[in-house]
Amino acid sequence: MKIVVCVKHVPDIQSDRSLGPDGRVVRDGGDGTLNELDENAVEAALVLAAAAGESEVVALTVGPAEAADAVRRALQMGADGAVHVLDDAVAGSDVFGTTAVLAAAVRHLDAQGHVDLVLTGMAALDGLTSLLPAALAAELDLPQLTMVAEVAVEDAVVRVRRELDSASEELTAPLPALVSVTDQANSPRYPNFKGIMAARAKPVTVLGLADLGVDPATVGAAGSRTRIVEAAPRPPREDRVLITDDGTAGTQLARYLVDRKLV
Amino acid sequence: MTEPVTDPATDVPTGPVVVLLDHHTVDGAPRLRPPVLELLTLARGLAASTGSPVHAVAVEPGLAQAAAEELGRYGVARVHDVVLPGADPHLTPVVAEALTAVVRTDDASAVLLASTFENKEVAARLAVLTGAGVVSDATGVTQEDGVVVVSKTVFAGTWTTRCAITTPLAVVLVKANAVPAETVADPTTPQVEPHEVTVSPSALRATLVRRTERAASGRPELAEAQTVVAGGRGTDGDFSPVEELADVLGGAVGATRVATDEGWIGHESQIGQTGVTISPQLYIGAGISGAVHHRGGMQASGTIVAVNTDPESPIFEIADFGIVGDLFTVLPQAAEEIRRLRG
Ligand SMILES: Cc1cc2nc3c(=O)[nH]c(=O)nc-3n(C[C@H](O)[C@H](O)[C@H](O)COP(=O)(O)OP(=O)(O)OC[C@H]3O[C@@H](n4cnc5c(N)ncnc54)[C@H](O)[C@@H]3O)c2cc1C
Ligand SMILES: Nc1ncnc2c1ncn2[C@@H]1O[C@H](COP(=O)(O)O)[C@@H](O)[C@H]1O
Repeated sequence: MKIVVCVKHVPDIQSDRSLGPDGRVVRDGGDGTLNELDENAVEAALVLAAAAGESEVVALTVGPAEAADAVRRALQMGADGAVHVLDDAVAGSDVFGTTAVLAAAVRHLDAQGHVDLVLTGMAALDGLTSLLPAALAAELDLPQLTMVAEVAVEDAVVRVRRELDSASEELTAPLPALVSVTDQANSPRYPNFKGIMAARAKPVTVLGLADLGVDPATVGAAGSRTRIVEAAPRPPREDRVLITDDGTAGTQLARYLVDRKLV
Repeated sequence: MTEPVTDPATDVPTGPVVVLLDHHTVDGAPRLRPPVLELLTLARGLAASTGSPVHAVAVEPGLAQAAAEELGRYGVARVHDVVLPGADPHLTPVVAEALTAVVRTDDASAVLLASTFENKEVAARLAVLTGAGVVSDATGVTQEDGVVVVSKTVFAGTWTTRCAITTPLAVVLVKANAVPAETVADPTTPQVEPHEVTVSPSALRATLVRRTERAASGRPELAEAQTVVAGGRGTDGDFSPVEELADVLGGAVGATRVATDEGWIGHESQIGQTGVTISPQLYIGAGISGAVHHRGGMQASGTIVAVNTDPESPIFEIADFGIVGDLFTVLPQAAEEIRRLRG
């Protein structure tokens, strides 16, 4: 089974994140990481590959030079190889630009050997759009199994369980398919020393838009369907109160809420 | 950074603003969810600036008829009652194709949907099918020089942005509680139009084998509630003080991932980046440290109250009213005092 797992390099969510004058995420802090939720996707890929035997897991990222760290991490966890789509024309892409590039890269990999499964995280913790998995499934015309807490493949059929706010669902689809996993799906492994050493020898293929036959005008800032016109840090909250309970804090809280007409 | 919304569209789009109706089932009958009324209010504002009407789309059988009168109070001109032969309206690709068909018939200028995980999938496919631009988790939407401009917060509510959608069709996913729902002075009588849509094989590649609806909690839905009381590891599994205060306030109960992972409360109660994103008027967090993953789902709340025994907890950095104290004494006392003040 050949599995492509989409991984994104994002600013560490523990860091001070900001938007630059162009409205884009500032990515020069050097404190970027593999999007945490994509670790769940890599873990799911490795588990499914091991269960299927005779498998290959390819990590795929679209992003600037630093994004190499994200694929490196996936390789350290155990992915067999990686593709990094690196092209200045991609900068400033919105989700649909990124989707078009990822789709082209998946087709490229498929041409080299049939891709059975495309795995993604449920959301990238920078933009948190959660739009990409469904868009990518539509673009590739694959069955879409998203927000998955449990996934198994048997006899070329993928079977999943997903937990939504209002319901729990079970879905099936024939391979090839696209699956996005939540953080409920598994606990991602930490790369061990052996994994870190092995990753050094693993191939990372760097591709540009020309390699993928993607017209640069359709992606990047030029192809983006949205444009940030204003961005500012939210002003700090004013009139903040911090008290230590002297036995009346509950009463004080009640009065605070009543005074502010919050109850 | 501020820059004017440049290159105003030469032809200001005047097509209708379309709202996807979300519903829940009350006493066996489909009913509109409260955020839909907020969407209709926003849609009216958007439509009014170009003199276009507001249309609604129902994909659940029976919803269009059941909701028509209420939709009239919110100024809806037409309801597309979508019929999907042989397709399950619970599959989001099916809903996306239904919406695409309506948008094309209507020549719509904008589509508004409630910002839920399911609707994000609907919006993503709709955008791939129509070339529309999408903004999710919006807190406001206006029309400026013929361009749809959306407000949203990013990075766990620490930044506010305004984003222009530059495509002829704008798709906006709006967070609950973005605006108060307002009825119109002169209710309309919406035309209910049956609209049969045959979906493509593409939308039916996955099969829904089983769907189990969660039993209603009797409390407001977490994502929609005006007031949320949430508990974390500090409850040590005893959510009764959290529930008591929520009930006194008529609010929803939420939790951190630690609490849901421990099985103290259902996963659907998890607030945060991998759970529900909330923006109620009032959030009260008890026994919650305020990890960045949790903050990402609640930092946009109106007033934030935190009760925690540890004065160093990061949640105090964002609290409007912080109490260093034990939730097991503070919460019951607050509930008691609110009952007393109400008489
Ligand atoms: C990929 C990923 C996604 C995640 N997504 C989410 C998410 O969506 N939502 C989420 O919530 N978490 C999420 N987490 C987990 C998150 O990082 C934190 O671990 C979690 O939010 C902490 O929960 P907590 O505040 O209940 O527990 P803790 O951090 O252990 O805090 C408990 C607090 O309770 C206080 N306390 C103890 N006893 C009392 C008492 N009697 N009265 C008052 N206070 C008391 C303590 O002082 C402490 O501050 C995610 C983690 C990862 C890695
Ligand atoms: N630039 C990218 N490169 C590779 N994968 C991506 C990229 N952007 C998003 N993804 C994948 O899509 C998922 C959802 O992202 P999003 O829709 O942006 O929240 C992520 O968890 C990744 O698996």
